[in-house]
Amino acid sequence: MQPAAITESRNVMESAAFRLVGRALTCIRGGREIFADLGFSLSAGEALAVTGRNGAGKTSLLRLIGGLLKPAAGTIVLEGSPDESPPAEQAHYLGHRDALKPALSVAENLRFWHAFLGGERDSPPAALAAVGLDHIAHLPAGYLSAGQKRRLSMARLVAVRRPLWLLDEPTSALDTAGQALFATLMTDHLAKGGLIVAATHAPLGIATRELRIGGAA
Amino acid sequence: MTALAALIRRDLRVALRVGGGALIGVLFFLTVVVLMPFALGPDLALLKRLGPAILWLGALLASLLTLDRLFTADHDDGSLDLIVMSRAPLELACAAKAVAHWLAAGVPLIVATPVLGLLLNLDGQATLAVALTLLAGTPALTFTGMIGAALAVTLHRGGLLLAVLVLPLSIPVLIFGVAASNAAIAGPDGFGAPFSILCALSLAGLVIGPVAAAASLRHGLD
Repeated sequence: MQPAAITESRNVMESAAFRLVGRALTCIRGGREIFADLGFSLSAGEALAVTGRNGAGKTSLLRLIGGLLKPAAGTIVLEGSPDESPPAEQAHYLGHRDALKPALSVAENLRFWHAFLGGERDSPPAALAAVGLDHIAHLPAGYLSAGQKRRLSMARLVAVRRPLWLLDEPTSALDTAGQALFATLMTDHLAKGGLIVAATHAPLGIATRELRIGGAA
Repeated sequence: MTALAALIRRDLRVALRVGGGALIGVLFFLTVVVLMPFALGPDLALLKRLGPAILWLGALLASLLTLDRLFTADHDDGSLDLIVMSRAPLELACAAKAVAHWLAAGVPLIVATPVLGLLLNLDGQATLAVALTLLAGTPALTFTGMIGAALAVTLHRGGLLLAVLVLPLSIPVLIFGVAASNAAIAGPDGFGAPFSILCALSLAGLVIGPVAAAASLRHGLD
């Protein structure tokens, strides 16, 4: 993968000094060391693709950044952040599971996360339209296909603004059009000075830097 | 606050939709209480004497049945990760979930009590007394049960563990709930003392439950 080539003008809110830095991270799960002494640095407007074989600790790294796991050693900080809140509170986490309630409609699911996560300006209908689900907003989420559920999760990223996106295999289950759409959303996010850390095997369709964990894939 | 209100609204919606927990709890309560007269026989005096205890046991088991899914459902679909990561303090999010659970699963039990009291030969005043003690006591069941639900969240087949963990904690609530009901129906002891302790248990649960559940969720994350 080629180095990051995105140097558009940044938002005033997030200056170029806005960086996500991980230092000397060690992750131990179930008594087994997953990775040790891992470091990375990511500036505003950059995307980091985390690669490695299965079990190398890609998901663990994302969960460390999201505060869902505690590192055995090392620190993760957002430098130059306008407020003092930890990275977890400034991040979106798109995991393997889509965090949707099958009994609620598409619109209800999105409205809940929008209200719960404190979305400011983009209203949920606009976000639904952005991911191409506005025509089935009334449908219970239980009837959606895997790809449509993924799109609904993506709508959450659009509806609530967070500078840091943590994406775990974001393009799995998406069709070609969905992957192109997601690449557009990620490009927009980076252009606004956002950061992306994505664990992935497949190319994301955007310029990324690569962090390989645990030797050759 | 909007975040917590949104969480309560969502949990209520999910519980009240088809397949949600609210109806299951009431149906179970109904089944337990309806079966009792058949098991005990047509001894009206005996039914009347055991009535409050039967209603309280039914409510306890019904609330335990629905508590099982309080955090497990959110853990399974990934919502719990986002709730833990969010800016809303986890303690308050836990409290909001407990409030939603009580509104969806606890209040219907109280509403059903007057109807079920008829089956147990309880007169109007006695039924009212039992409903009143359930109103004061079921929040304590939810808040103590929440701790067990949070502990069991990462375990498969945690439902049985939940019962083992939570039932001992529920014993004081059961004792004072039944004592207050019996005092109101038969006397001669005062209604005030056991009822006050019941209210105190609920208030203590309100304070301890969310903190303990949040600590257990944080510790249990993997």
